[in-house]
Amino acid sequence: MKIHEFQGKELFADYKIPIQKQHVCTTVEQVGVAFDELTSPVVVKAQVLVGGRGKAGGIKFTKTREDAMAAADKILGMDIKGLTVEKLLVCEAVDIAKEIYVGFVNDRNTKSVMLMVSAEGGVEIEEVAKTNPEKIIKIPIDPLVGLPAHLARNVFFKVLNDGSQVRQAADILVKLYKLYVEKDCSLAEINPLVITDDNKVIALDSKINFDDNALFRHPEYEAMADYTDDEKLEVEATERGLSYVKLDGEIGCMVNGAGLAMATMDMINLYGGTPANFLDIGGSSNPQKVIHAMEYLLNDKNVKAVLINIFGGITRCDDVAKGLLEAFKQMKVTIPVVIRLSGTNEKEGRELLKDSKELISADSMADAARKVIEAAKNV
Amino acid sequence: MSILINKNTKLVVQGITGRDGGFHASKMGAYGTNMVAGVSPGKEGTKVNGVPVFNTVENAVKATGANTSVIFVPAPFAADAIAEASEAGIKLVIAITEGIPTIDVIRVTPILERNGTKMIGPNCPGLISPGESMVGILPVTIFDKGNVGLISRSGTLTYEMVNQLKSHGIGQSTCVGIGGDPVIGLHYKELLTMFEADNDTDAIVLCGEIGGDAEEQAAAFIKENITKPVVAFIAGQSAPPGKRMGHAGALITSGSGTAAEKIKAFEAAGVKVAKEPAEMPVLIKKALGI
Repeated sequence: MKIHEFQGKELFADYKIPIQKQHVCTTVEQVGVAFDELTSPVVVKAQVLVGGRGKAGGIKFTKTREDAMAAADKILGMDIKGLTVEKLLVCEAVDIAKEIYVGFVNDRNTKSVMLMVSAEGGVEIEEVAKTNPEKIIKIPIDPLVGLPAHLARNVFFKVLNDGSQVRQAADILVKLYKLYVEKDCSLAEINPLVITDDNKVIALDSKINFDDNALFRHPEYEAMADYTDDEKLEVEATERGLSYVKLDGEIGCMVNGAGLAMATMDMINLYGGTPANFLDIGGSSNPQKVIHAMEYLLNDKNVKAVLINIFGGITRCDDVAKGLLEAFKQMKVTIPVVIRLSGTNEKEGRELLKDSKELISADSMADAARKVIEAAKNV
Repeated sequence: MSILINKNTKLVVQGITGRDGGFHASKMGAYGTNMVAGVSPGKEGTKVNGVPVFNTVENAVKATGANTSVIFVPAPFAADAIAEASEAGIKLVIAITEGIPTIDVIRVTPILERNGTKMIGPNCPGLISPGESMVGILPVTIFDKGNVGLISRSGTLTYEMVNQLKSHGIGQSTCVGIGGDPVIGLHYKELLTMFEADNDTDAIVLCGEIGGDAEEQAAAFIKENITKPVVAFIAGQSAPPGKRMGHAGALITSGSGTAAEKIKAFEAAGVKVAKEPAEMPVLIKKALGI
């Protein structure tokens, strides 16, 4: 789960990480009021959950109340990479002497929280990683020791040469690690962490992702979420025990298991079709899940035909069949549905479905992919 | 032979009194897995399907000599259960539980290392050495004893692959589902090394998916260290970037971790890649010269 810059900075403030004075606004008038309460110049920043806001014109530096309101008027409602700007962060500008990058991320390879620091702050770190990977210092943190102050100092003495700056930055880094662990982050970045002209160290931006697996111990995160319409569907699906990701193709897929679901989408592509979604109904045998899954597929207006690919393990084919029969009773299905059932209780499942006129049955994944693409062509 | 589990495996089931734990314990027992104990705090002295239950893993190990543990404990408590097994001297832990916070797995990793405990998973279907032992939730009827080793990040995709092999009369030495989470225990390199050393394994199937760079690392590792033929399959070629595809680890971030990159890495290392599951047995037969 991603959160906005202003929310990340509010967390920073809770952990005593220095930030600029800030106001969150949703209207032009609020920006005017915010300007009066801050010391000019101020920066008006679009709050959207995507990178590249500056390049898209979503960040403006302003010196007068009128300029700030004009900037707000321009940025509010702006489309940045498909997302509409609804909130603005208004904060006091600072004179920047130096920008650095600091971040933590869960790292698969070292099985640790990885500390990353770079003197190349203020630019996209992914770019630096591609072009100048040697400019990023990476240190895996021992989870049983944590981040000791001396380690933080040692790192910053490699990118800063003033003792006071190093002490301030190290203090921020230790606090950021504490935040990272306590809040169950999967990513926490300050980019840039700036040294101001008067030798203060301040977090000028924030990028925080929470680990979706840890949401159960942070009920407070629900109120912080800002989902797009597609993401709302995904979250709702998760609450129903399904994994759903909407795409823009024509073949709706319902599969048990994430790997097989991806392989099914790939198969549709390979045979010349386009998948409309990723949908994993998971491992349990709950007919209700199948009904919900059918709803997602049929509510997607782009879907011309449906492919159901089940390889029963924990999931029992007869339970899936029962769910489908119930779904057909509750919903009017006017598009072709191709089904492949294999594995646990396959025979019982097929027996249950043998009289369903709605279904085209297939013997294998490949057979199912061929049949569903053919069926979609004739719709 | 086989790898990791066999007839000498003495299994303890952590979470045996739960719904999933109880159900799958009975399935494992029916397959012939040597299940010596269950653990459920506060229920020592009771039995589940004839298997004695202990309060702690330590008690279970002392009383039964258990050397392998399978975890069905719910996500909020699963990492603690893994640590408990490791501290009690268990040498192989199979964590089936899905949805464990990543930081919990990171915290337990140094404990496993200190005790020399190997872990499979979490968020995995377990493993099977056909005819000898099954630990996890695998549907046993599709597996046959044979000479192909299989490593996979996914559950049902493993079943699909094994079923494809079965339709061509190809059996398996051991099949290991390593799990779909970002941070997991044993990975490709360790398992490839085990299969390389296993006399009963003549070829290896590797089922990868998008996210991370473990497949790229595996490709380089195979080129340098593995002499047995390896055939790979990568799921998620049509997955969009930035979206978690079911598994917490199946996520393309900032353009890296794509299926195309992984396939390229395998091909560059001389590893054949199946375009679809049905092509897997064909490539394996070719590799084995049958």
